[in-house]
Amino acid sequence: MTPRSTYQRLLGYAGWLVVILILGFLILPAAVVTIAAFNDKAILSFPPQAWSWRWFERALDYPDFRTGFQNGLIVTAWSSSIALVIGSMFAFVIDRYQFAFKRVIEGVLVSPLVIPHFTVGLGFLILAAGIGWNRGISVVVACHVVLVLPFVLRSVYVSLRNLDSSYELAAASLGATPLRVLLTITVPLLLPGLVSGWLFAAILSFNEFTASLFVTSQRTQTLPVAMYNYVREFADPSMAALSVMYIVATAILIAFANRFLGLGKVLNIEQSH
Amino acid sequence: MTNPAPTTREDAAVTFDGVSKNFGEVKALDRVSLAIGRGEFMTLLGPSGCGKTTLLKLAAGFLAPDGGTVTIDGKCVNDVPTYKREIGMMFQNYALFPHMSVAENIGYGLKTRHVPRHDIRRRVADALALVKLTGMEDRKPRQLSGGQQQRVALARALVINPAVLLLDEPFSALDKNLRASMQIELRDIQRKLGLTTIFVTHDQSEALSLSDRMAVMSEGKIRQLGTPIEIYRRPDDPFVASFVGDTNCLRGEFLGIAGLEAVIALGGAQIKVWGEHLSGARPFASVDLFVRPERLRVSAPDEPGTMTGQIVAQTYQGGHVDLQIACRACGDNLLLVRSAGDQAMTRWPVGAEVGISIDAEGCAAFPVR
Repeated sequence: MTPRSTYQRLLGYAGWLVVILILGFLILPAAVVTIAAFNDKAILSFPPQAWSWRWFERALDYPDFRTGFQNGLIVTAWSSSIALVIGSMFAFVIDRYQFAFKRVIEGVLVSPLVIPHFTVGLGFLILAAGIGWNRGISVVVACHVVLVLPFVLRSVYVSLRNLDSSYELAAASLGATPLRVLLTITVPLLLPGLVSGWLFAAILSFNEFTASLFVTSQRTQTLPVAMYNYVREFADPSMAALSVMYIVATAILIAFANRFLGLGKVLNIEQSH
Repeated sequence: MTNPAPTTREDAAVTFDGVSKNFGEVKALDRVSLAIGRGEFMTLLGPSGCGKTTLLKLAAGFLAPDGGTVTIDGKCVNDVPTYKREIGMMFQNYALFPHMSVAENIGYGLKTRHVPRHDIRRRVADALALVKLTGMEDRKPRQLSGGQQQRVALARALVINPAVLLLDEPFSALDKNLRASMQIELRDIQRKLGLTTIFVTHDQSEALSLSDRMAVMSEGKIRQLGTPIEIYRRPDDPFVASFVGDTNCLRGEFLGIAGLEAVIALGGAQIKVWGEHLSGARPFASVDLFVRPERLRVSAPDEPGTMTGQIVAQTYQGGHVDLQIACRACGDNLLLVRSAGDQAMTRWPVGAEVGISIDAEGCAAFPVR
């Protein structure tokens, strides 16, 4: 330990205080909602006077939440998987080939980051009505693919950039055909990027509200839309209970991803090797 | 040298015939021709950007030549993709597949050739024994030391019995002691298997110690091709003279040709050197004389036929002493003299006046352009 002056020590404490305050601020909303979820009263108040699990039961039993959850899972699974396939192919092409209008194509692919979600939702609503596309689950899936594609593309693209080309060259020098190189070297080494892309897309899609509000119907509403409809009629803590369950489920999912793939790799924070 | 230079193209394992490669405006290779004999250890030596790696990539098929032909075993491979060439390659970073075990890495090239499973297991075990890693089958590459990783990379390249082994600066990531022992081991295995090898390096001492023959390259051309002794003793041009081995460059005056030797005036002394590169020079033209530091001798000052100088620094190197000497004849540059043993430490202290004589056998002279 190097000797430190009183001034430096005070500066150190102040630094820690700021860090703790910022972290506290970040988790404040989640903490408030969690506490509110256990309120026994049928109002969203804070802090609660009496405690109960009953809003969790209510949230799990409410039929619109159940269908919303199921719809959400279906939409999420389809949209993030489709986006993964399309996004990976585009990422591969953009990384490996030089061609005219490359910049333009990149721009179009990431444009949903610029275009607001309600515009995308409204666009699909008008389009579906115009061409007589019935407002089933396929419209919701198509809409979500557009919204999550940039994130998948980005994630896979970054992984591809970080992939050392000498692995693929080594495999080719050992007699592997291009297809074999792709299946035995490229894809396995990209797996963390692919999983992280899929996971991001899935979380975004499952959470998506704005565009979903336009393209879902009563029959196809996803969980956030069902929650919105619920909160327009009732103001009891079952919403909060649902939020808590959502946070726990997501945390478990990410913990699993971390356990089996390493969070750093999954979130693309560190280079893969 | 064990392997004579190939005389005909049929003898050669790998040939480059007038090969060119451009990257945009840059001529990476400019009509390079080179024939590598069967079982020969050929080194491509040069500074970065000289085209040596490009030449290796052409042999591997990672790049296609813009002009000329590349042959392996007498067949033109210009249009043959990498995976159909019978090559074994070792990369600078080894490129071991991180998601596979040692055995899977080594067996990869056998699997692509559809070798039966039990044969793969046996050949992987043999290859591991060859590189002294028996028992490491199930390790992952990241669990191995740098030297072990390199052995796995070598085993992986050898197990497929390649027509040619390509080495891309494989020793650069190893520390000095390990590097020396790996070099000896690699050369031993290569000799035992009689494997044609192309070795790319920018390290001139590596090139001198390993090669049967070496090609010194710069700016997309081969400047000189020969055995290490030929390259070291008889450099063809100033670039080769200064790039390979330590050297001193002295400015002298050309006096004339006497037989095969050229007479050069240097700081009051006259010396006779091998005159091949001075045959067209005019009398009194300036010449650059390249002298190896071990070919200079330090003696008492004012001895006849010596140049005078003053010791500026001594560097003790264990087996020899490097003396830096200021000398009127060599202008602003300090002269490097390598003195065997360690007597020079006490005999020629810093500041001492000395006489310097040149052993003409270790000199190369070129006209100043």
